[in-house]
Amino acid sequence: MKPNLVILLLIAMLASACTPVDLNAAMPSFDTGVNPDAWAKIPAGDFYSGQFNDPQATIAYEIMVTDVTTMQYAAFLNEALQEGFIKVDGDKIMGYYPGDEFHGVKHEIPINSGDWVFIPLNDPAQRIEFDGTSFTVQAGYENHPMTMVSWFGARGYCDYYGWRLPSEFEWEKAARGTDTRPFPWGNDIQRENANFYASRDPFENMASFGSRTSPVGFYNGNTYDGYQTLDSASPYGLYDMAGNVWQWTGNVYEGMHYRFMRGGSKDTYEMDLRIWVRNNATPTYFSPGVGFRCSRDTN
Amino acid sequence: MHFIKDRFNYLFKSTKGLILVAIAMIAIITALFGMLSGPMAEMGVRDFVVRVFKMDIVQAEREGRIVILYHSIAMAVIAIETYMVTSLLKMKEFYKKAVRSLITVGYLTAMIFGLLFAYWGHNWAFHGLYITGLVLIFFAGILLIIALWPWNPDYYQQDADFARTKKGVDIERIAFFATAVTTVISALFGAVPGSFFGNGFETFLAENIIRLPEKTTMEYAVIGHLHIMLALIAVMLTLIIGRWLNFKGILHKIAMPLMILGTIVLNLGVWGVSTPLEPIAHMIIYVGATPSMLAALLLLIWSWGKLIRDGTAHLKKPNFLQKLAALVRDPLKFGPTWQMLYMNFTTSGIGIFMAIRLDEIFRVWPAREERIELTGHWHALSAIIATIILFYYGDMIGLKGKIRQIYGWAIIFFSDLALAGVTIFEMKRLFITEAEQQPLVNGLMYAIDFGLGLLLVLLATIMVWRLVDLFKKKGRWAEEVDVELSQEVIK
Repeated sequence: MKPNLVILLLIAMLASACTPVDLNAAMPSFDTGVNPDAWAKIPAGDFYSGQFNDPQATIAYEIMVTDVTTMQYAAFLNEALQEGFIKVDGDKIMGYYPGDEFHGVKHEIPINSGDWVFIPLNDPAQRIEFDGTSFTVQAGYENHPMTMVSWFGARGYCDYYGWRLPSEFEWEKAARGTDTRPFPWGNDIQRENANFYASRDPFENMASFGSRTSPVGFYNGNTYDGYQTLDSASPYGLYDMAGNVWQWTGNVYEGMHYRFMRGGSKDTYEMDLRIWVRNNATPTYFSPGVGFRCSRDTN
Repeated sequence: MHFIKDRFNYLFKSTKGLILVAIAMIAIITALFGMLSGPMAEMGVRDFVVRVFKMDIVQAEREGRIVILYHSIAMAVIAIETYMVTSLLKMKEFYKKAVRSLITVGYLTAMIFGLLFAYWGHNWAFHGLYITGLVLIFFAGILLIIALWPWNPDYYQQDADFARTKKGVDIERIAFFATAVTTVISALFGAVPGSFFGNGFETFLAENIIRLPEKTTMEYAVIGHLHIMLALIAVMLTLIIGRWLNFKGILHKIAMPLMILGTIVLNLGVWGVSTPLEPIAHMIIYVGATPSMLAALLLLIWSWGKLIRDGTAHLKKPNFLQKLAALVRDPLKFGPTWQMLYMNFTTSGIGIFMAIRLDEIFRVWPAREERIELTGHWHALSAIIATIILFYYGDMIGLKGKIRQIYGWAIIFFSDLALAGVTIFEMKRLFITEAEQQPLVNGLMYAIDFGLGLLLVLLATIMVWRLVDLFKKKGRWAEEVDVELSQEVIK
């Protein structure tokens, strides 16, 4: 009897793995009060980069206080489509990229000039909808970070407005300030600091759909329906520089086609939220856990 | 006083006692430090453990902590293999005692002070003792090489059933010797960059730099070191299992030269990673791995054939089912080679598949996904090595009857369930999207945690039994104190 019980339990556990996921499950809606159109000024000067605190320096620049939201990206798509900056190609939005210099290094793949995918339209995890003429955002996701966007799509957005993706150094300084902290808010991490894997935030359900994005600026010390967050802004006032979504950065390195991401995401453990942790993928990669923000020169 | 002296002599002077201590130390470390990551962290157990044990966890030092933790466990595994080799093979008593003393003091010193240094603040005396422990293990390795010298006529193989040269040199002993020599040299490939990067805590985990197109010689040395050390632990264990099962005959005569060839070429390839040979190093590694794996396959064919023959000796013309029953009759003798076969599905097969389709599939995924494959891949290989040691240990401590069956089959079932879960988890992106993966991840985690958890419970049960046994005047320990593994080689 006992062996049968064990086998039955195992079958039940494994059967639970086949449950379909409702990607449109109800999403709690909160206004965080953080303005996604705001920019932070980062002064010129030294900072400590990487796990081993290498001294580096940047010129002065500005960087978005939050990740680009789905609402902002939809507005961009509508404008860009009108102006012919992007085009619809079947179930994808495409845009031009001038290409990388190819060095023929082992594992390097050529990135030629031409049209590359910005976002897919047919993926069930895509929160931008297209009715043939205009782009809208799935209700409830308006103030969430734009995801399911390739590096080309992220770069295209910033480029369209005359901005750029932050370099890795710019991103790191904006997240860390001038000391050696491992997280944007300090030395330790608690569940209420950021949206990471199994952080028990109001948007996740690990028994069914798993972790989901939180609205930009969510971890600002406010209480949302009884869920108390900790103010987790970086020294320069940026939100979500750890967790929620990985953020594309702008560097194109010689001999490799990979593009780097920073910050960890809703799908990773705390260790990936440490400021110096790098992730990378091909520039055509998109995911529900990858977004971006832009930077620009200080006028 | 006699009570303590007798137990001390058993635990630190007898083969089975030394192996028991090392397994117990690994079990304690696995149980304690396993609570700091994965599902245990999710459930909040990690925070509790860190608080209760007053651990000093600095975020920037995670990689360094992990490097010391891995080494602490690996050194104990190497000590277990050394105890087995020194008990199975003929050698001078002086060398046997010296090797065992050095490696025992070495791994315990490295383990205890290494972990204290890594997890409980930076007392530099502890770091010095950690290094001292590793150095003692290294010198134990050099002494073992001397002890194993195969061209000493005292160690010539007299039995024509075993692989030997025309002069009578024991080719199996050469295989042990070659593995020991290459292990000591390969340890240097970790020691040199370890000193370089460890100075100033500039440590890194190889899986985090794997995609960088330009790596330094030191970084290549680390990558080569971790690969070859695990491979050599596996090769040595295969030789040990072969000796325990008394591998002989024509397949032994083919397998042993293949094992020597494979080990040497494999090492040349891995060492080549940190030399100008790097562009073709992988090809050399494939060339070396093939004869090694072929030798293991020959051991499997021979041992399964023997199990079937022995189990059906009383039958005139056994049918397929009777042969199958004979094959699986004793899980402790069937288990090691079964795990070697199973390894091809969970590690070797996936490793080869990854290497072949690297740019088309795996490197289209983000680096973090590739890291899951890499770490899962070698965690699985380490787990398989651990289970094979446990099969042998179960036989060593004389498990019989129903307990032997339960112990053996529980190891096979629980570990294979967990490893199957890990394998599917590693490969999940081939068949499911990130957005839709959570129920699958949950199901796989249940399987992995269920399998590994019960495996640890089984191990804990054995350890508690052995602990209780130590308090008995004429316990099992008293029977084991003077027994060498060479006396228990299967006839």
